[in-house]
Amino acid sequence: MKLFFLVVKNAFRSKTRAFLTILGIAIAVVAFGVLRTVVTAWYAGVDAAATDRLIVRHAVSFIFPMPYAYRDKIADTPGVEEVSFANWFGGTYIDQNQFFSRFAIDADTYFDIYPEYMLGEEELSTFKREQNSCVIGSDIASRYNLKVGDSMTLTGDIYPGEWNFIIRGIYQPQKKSTDASQMMFHWEYLNQRMLQDYPGRENQVGWYNVKIDNPDEAAVISTQIDELFANSAAETKTETEAAFTRSFISASGAILGAMNIVSFTIVGVIMLVLANTMMMSARERTREYAVLKTLGFSVPKIAFLIFGESLVISILGGALGLLLTFPLVEAFAAAIPKGWFPVFEIEVITIVLLVVVVLFIGAVSAIFPVRNVAKSKIADSLRFVG
Amino acid sequence: MPKNKLCEIDHDKSVTTDQTQADSGRTHKMAPFIEVANLSKSYQRDGFEIPVLDGMDISVEKGGYLALMGPSGSGKSTLLNIIAGIDRPSKGTVKIGDTEITSLNESKLAKWRANNIGFVFQFYNLIPVLTAFDNVALPLLLTKLSKAERKKHVETALNIVGLGDRMKHYPKQLSGGQEQRVAIARAIVTDPQIIVADEPTGDLDKTSADEILVLLQRLNQEFDKTIIMVTHDPHAAETAKTILHLEKGELVEETE
Ligand SMILES: Nc1ncnc2c1ncn2[C@@H]1O[C@H](COP(=O)(O)OP(=O)(O)OP(=O)(O)O)[C@@H](O)[C@H]1O
Ligand SMILES: [Mg+2]
Repeated sequence: MKLFFLVVKNAFRSKTRAFLTILGIAIAVVAFGVLRTVVTAWYAGVDAAATDRLIVRHAVSFIFPMPYAYRDKIADTPGVEEVSFANWFGGTYIDQNQFFSRFAIDADTYFDIYPEYMLGEEELSTFKREQNSCVIGSDIASRYNLKVGDSMTLTGDIYPGEWNFIIRGIYQPQKKSTDASQMMFHWEYLNQRMLQDYPGRENQVGWYNVKIDNPDEAAVISTQIDELFANSAAETKTETEAAFTRSFISASGAILGAMNIVSFTIVGVIMLVLANTMMMSARERTREYAVLKTLGFSVPKIAFLIFGESLVISILGGALGLLLTFPLVEAFAAAIPKGWFPVFEIEVITIVLLVVVVLFIGAVSAIFPVRNVAKSKIADSLRFVG
Repeated sequence: MPKNKLCEIDHDKSVTTDQTQADSGRTHKMAPFIEVANLSKSYQRDGFEIPVLDGMDISVEKGGYLALMGPSGSGKSTLLNIIAGIDRPSKGTVKIGDTEITSLNESKLAKWRANNIGFVFQFYNLIPVLTAFDNVALPLLLTKLSKAERKKHVETALNIVGLGDRMKHYPKQLSGGQEQRVAIARAIVTDPQIIVADEPTGDLDKTSADEILVLLQRLNQEFDKTIIMVTHDPHAAETAKTILHLEKGELVEETE
């Protein structure tokens, strides 16, 4: 298009204004990108959840334990392939600020059910053999510079006392969405100490992880399991892992909702900013556009100038914003306590959304000025002194 | 045939054919080229009708040079704009060559303007972010000319106005008189038959104004352009072949 050079010149006619508008869009894009990343990171757990695994927990709340005796009954339920179980350990490692999940797990079955925690065969068998050993995710290993053979000491809170473990395995995440920041050790080890130090607290299980044959049967099997323990002291609630993860998220649903609203409000605000800039520029150029019309330029040609200018500014702002978003998300990921999110990175869908939003803002902002130019009479506009 | 041709431009013949018509019309010398008949224009304001032009008849022959004079608010600009096809009358017709421009729709009128009219404004109205060269090249962007051809035409036009050495200058690097000469180059670059100028010397000192007037006279005599110029300055009006005086939207006097 022969007019494109004029589009670019127009966009930078007022350098300060163009710069400020581009910066404004860039900041909005960064804010939008980071917020969307937080929201998607939150949901990453749900997406990573398998559909062929059920979680059996206490019907009242997942903080209440269930009897170990449930294990065999669940295993006998038709459609159940394998049963494993775990307890949330909590506790602190080094100090209060070190966040990552720490579980007591059934060493024999856990890694069968969770193949996404990839552990070498040798490491796994050593781990199974030594009761005071533990396995950590590769993120934890690199974060604390730990290797196989090192020891790890936890201070318990739910389970009081000092707890010493030898690292016997470092698992690798199978997928990007796999949480590589967990620590697991023998449930049996925990159980023995409870039996010794706090009799009455032994044989308790936080939740059961159930692998089923057929994901389509999830609902039926869940009901069957829950019926097994109906009217007992510890009734159960069984659901798919995805549903279980979602119930965690729903607790923070209000915050996520707010973040969603804020991210789109930012888009709205920046659209007004750009629309205002475009209105101002077009108004200042009322006479110029009238002169172009006088020379025989059609309204579509002038619309091309205005749309082009608006898009040049929004695209530059968007590109700058996107460039800044990547390092910022990385910095953000480094700054938030590890283990809050299994994955924290900009998703492709976020980038696509940003590009769409930027183009949309650019186009919408040009509509009003174009409409004004189309409506105005040349003779009136030529008289305009702005 | 015209005495001098600025350049050959293939105007869109589907829009107007009056170039050939006008050429044949020139054989009988006195046939009017621009014919304004019973032209009226009024504005509505607060429910009142404000008449600006009232039943005006004017004719200008091919190669004519008409100066429009009259007090402020007498409707000079309005008349000029209607003849040039950037305003519409409330009543009456404007016929130029064989085209009745008052009955053309907006897009046809725009094409007609691009092919037939060169505009010169009081405040030059150049695009500040474009060089003299690019400003003059603007109207050519609407033609099918190649880049090389456009360059040739722009250089010719700028040479005619004596600014061949200022092509890379931006408007703010030029004096008022030079800016107006760039505007004249822009007006003639498509080789239109008619040039309309609304107070082209209104914002200039005497020396610059005289240069512009000499230039317009040259375009009229050497290049056979039909010119209509609005002016307040009797000295400027003297340079035209015909002077019309307007008062309150009516023709009061005609001097040859
Ligand atoms: N859009 C409009 N709405 C209402 N009235 C208008 C409009 N445009 C022009 N007029 C009126 O029409 C009249 C003629 O205006 P015009 O500009 O043609 O005068 P002029 O002779 O060119 O004056 P000047 O010498 O000051 O340029 C004026 O009274 C003006 O106020
Ligand atoms: Mg006027």
